[in-house]
Amino acid sequence: MTAPRDKLGRPIVVVTGMGIMTSLGAGKADNWTKLVAGESGIRTITRFPIDGLKTTMAGTVDFVSVDPFSSTGLSERMAEIVTQEALDQAGIGAKGDFPGPLFLAVAPVEVEWPQRRELGRAVGKQDFDYNDLLRISGGGKYADFHHRFMFGSVAAHLAESFGTKGSPISLSTACASGATSIQLGVEAIRRGETDAALCVATDGTVNPEALVRFSLLSALSTQNDPPQAASKPFSKNRDGFVMAEGAGALVLESYEAAVARGAKILGVVAGCGELTDSFHRTRSSPDGKPAIGCVLKTLADAGMTPEQIDHINAHGTSTPENDKMEYLATNAVFGEHTSKIPVTSNKSAVGHTISAAGAVEAIFSLLTLEHQRIPPTLNYENPDPAILFDVVGNKARDARVTAVMSNSFGFGGQNASLILTREPA
Amino acid sequence: MTDTASKPGQTEVWITGIGLATSLGEGLDANWAALGERRVNVDDKGFAPYVVHPLMPVTLDAQIPKKGDQRQMEAWQRIGTYAAGLALDSAGIKGNKDILSKIDMVVAAGGGERDLSVDTGVLNAEAKGNNAPGFLNERLMSDLRPTLFLAQLSNLLAGNIAIVHGVCGTSRTFMGEEVAGADAMRIALTRIASGESDIALVGGSHNGERKDLLVLYEFGDFNLKDKFASVWARKDHAGFALGSAGAFLVLESKAHAEARGAKPFAKLTNVVADLSRRKQPGDMAATLEKLWSKLPRREGKGAIITGATGAEPATSEERSFLGKHADFPVRATGTMFGHTMETQFPLGIALAALALSRGALFPPNDSTGLEIEMTDKPTQIVVVGAGHWRGEGMALVEAV
Repeated sequence: MTAPRDKLGRPIVVVTGMGIMTSLGAGKADNWTKLVAGESGIRTITRFPIDGLKTTMAGTVDFVSVDPFSSTGLSERMAEIVTQEALDQAGIGAKGDFPGPLFLAVAPVEVEWPQRRELGRAVGKQDFDYNDLLRISGGGKYADFHHRFMFGSVAAHLAESFGTKGSPISLSTACASGATSIQLGVEAIRRGETDAALCVATDGTVNPEALVRFSLLSALSTQNDPPQAASKPFSKNRDGFVMAEGAGALVLESYEAAVARGAKILGVVAGCGELTDSFHRTRSSPDGKPAIGCVLKTLADAGMTPEQIDHINAHGTSTPENDKMEYLATNAVFGEHTSKIPVTSNKSAVGHTISAAGAVEAIFSLLTLEHQRIPPTLNYENPDPAILFDVVGNKARDARVTAVMSNSFGFGGQNASLILTREPA
Repeated sequence: MTDTASKPGQTEVWITGIGLATSLGEGLDANWAALGERRVNVDDKGFAPYVVHPLMPVTLDAQIPKKGDQRQMEAWQRIGTYAAGLALDSAGIKGNKDILSKIDMVVAAGGGERDLSVDTGVLNAEAKGNNAPGFLNERLMSDLRPTLFLAQLSNLLAGNIAIVHGVCGTSRTFMGEEVAGADAMRIALTRIASGESDIALVGGSHNGERKDLLVLYEFGDFNLKDKFASVWARKDHAGFALGSAGAFLVLESKAHAEARGAKPFAKLTNVVADLSRRKQPGDMAATLEKLWSKLPRREGKGAIITGATGAEPATSEERSFLGKHADFPVRATGTMFGHTMETQFPLGIALAALALSRGALFPPNDSTGLEIEMTDKPTQIVVVGAGHWRGEGMALVEAV
């Protein structure tokens, strides 16, 4: 039996349960089958009118119903479903009694347009201002809106439903949020505070205003037709990311605790790292130093050398700048080894699930380890000559994969990376 | 319960920097003097019938020198970036690249500041019958400022602190109203106590002068209306008065602080937090009691600084908890600073550290008699933070 401590003397953290939902479908089996078959979940938006929008496609999750609908409600429902899937697989604790804390990556919450419009209609005048809205907001008629639009509401609901312990943490580190939720769980187990942690990430925010906000920052692809060809990471003609919805849940446990209860180990979170970029609010430092530092910290945390990484699950947003920076940073760390590492971006198929991406992609990385098969980067018809990655283009590739690096490099200078392995090192 | 105490044998964690920008003023001396004079700064006209505690204006240029940076933020981010700068100054690490490139940053944030004229413009046009399918899209595409999004994103307070002050180690933003502030302190403390980190910048900021926020809390009838009263005197006139404030602290391992000759305000011994389901009367009080039992018992004089909001039933629950610990004089920050949501807990820690470092608790400010004078020098202060709806946090701050 392998020693239950890692090279730095900390408890080894393993994954014993996973749940996933993306625009491709619900659950690990469905998602994996479609992902390796090269299917895309990106489609023209039907949830709301698209008139007047520059970007009219997204990776929406339309097969989950929420009533009354809100983006936060959808995020909550997806989180519930993937958590149940992860718990069913892990077989840990009892129903409504998870033996550890919850770390939830969730999009920032605010009152949404359907509810704001409901309020506007209730004013009953044609000319009004916020004071009129204020006057009719109280009295209990809209008490549900208060609960729905508390930042902590999704975490409180999950904590109560699944009986997680202590104060659940809701966090946002933009596009790195999912990775941060895993990192917080890993740290809690390594410190010996808990034997298990539930790490969940969810994002259901494809709504008109969110789409417009990213559009106004020129961050989104506008190649609407056909929608499934819009997300093209590492391609020369990439023009932005595609917004998407999804959720991922991971049950993390100490290796010792998992073995003791006879749980099946799905993989190991061997290392985590993060480093802030203070260059600009939406752009990465052109020298790539913060991303380089992030990758180096992650390797150091795992006690591994670059040569031990045999696959990169890239952040690969399909924005002109981010993909280029990711290559430069990777190449700076991995040097000659870079070209020997097959790289893929799941965002080509499921879009950018933003707050959920880090967890969704960690799960795809773990499934890659399990199946020894790397899912394809779709729409890789016109490779960017400046990005010399060995991109697993268009078709899945069988490969020997022992250690995957999964990167998240996001808005607000948030960089986080994970290293996932099959077996304890 | 999440028990993340600094355990025996673990690293002692000091508070070596405090940054405050509040409705009572900027900096430690101004806030301390105002507390000593029982001063309260409320505006009951600008948002009538609602009462708010407006930010005492600051000279933004002093901490955010570039106008371009100021323009990229909304008020809540400017307040926070300003207060974070004050904390770095207070700790003596402003501009210290070696330290700032490795420092942990944990921010408790809300966000979502709206452009009120865009919102009402859309709603008014719709009320006049403008209901074409793409109407909302077109108005948002033409009316929203591109930079507004960045001022709405919760993690962009941390982003702005990174850009303006060069704070670029790790960066985590916690959301979830009041208890997010407790969880931010808890995680920052536990990372240092366990040796994962040496130093952290942790805190939050809040702009209480927002009608969109008043709408949100009015949904639950949480806003204090018509007349101001101390938090404990609101039983028959419940509610919180939103407050504007930024509160940041620098936490540091004792060894790291001593190596660079930094002096402590106080020691942060323990932070605990929980989520009461609050289904039955007494649930929340029981959770607070459970958290209290997690804090180590000490000899010496103690006090409690609470972020009790004035909203019900949470405030009555807390009153019943406090009644069991009547030997600890109580101070409610909500009376003097208003309710600053995510910021209230870091603010409580800041005031506890300040009081311990100055060897006195500030005077009571309460007409009901719940808050009593404390003439002894406090050696330990328990900071309590219970959310108006969910979440309970508690910390023990001790004199060094």
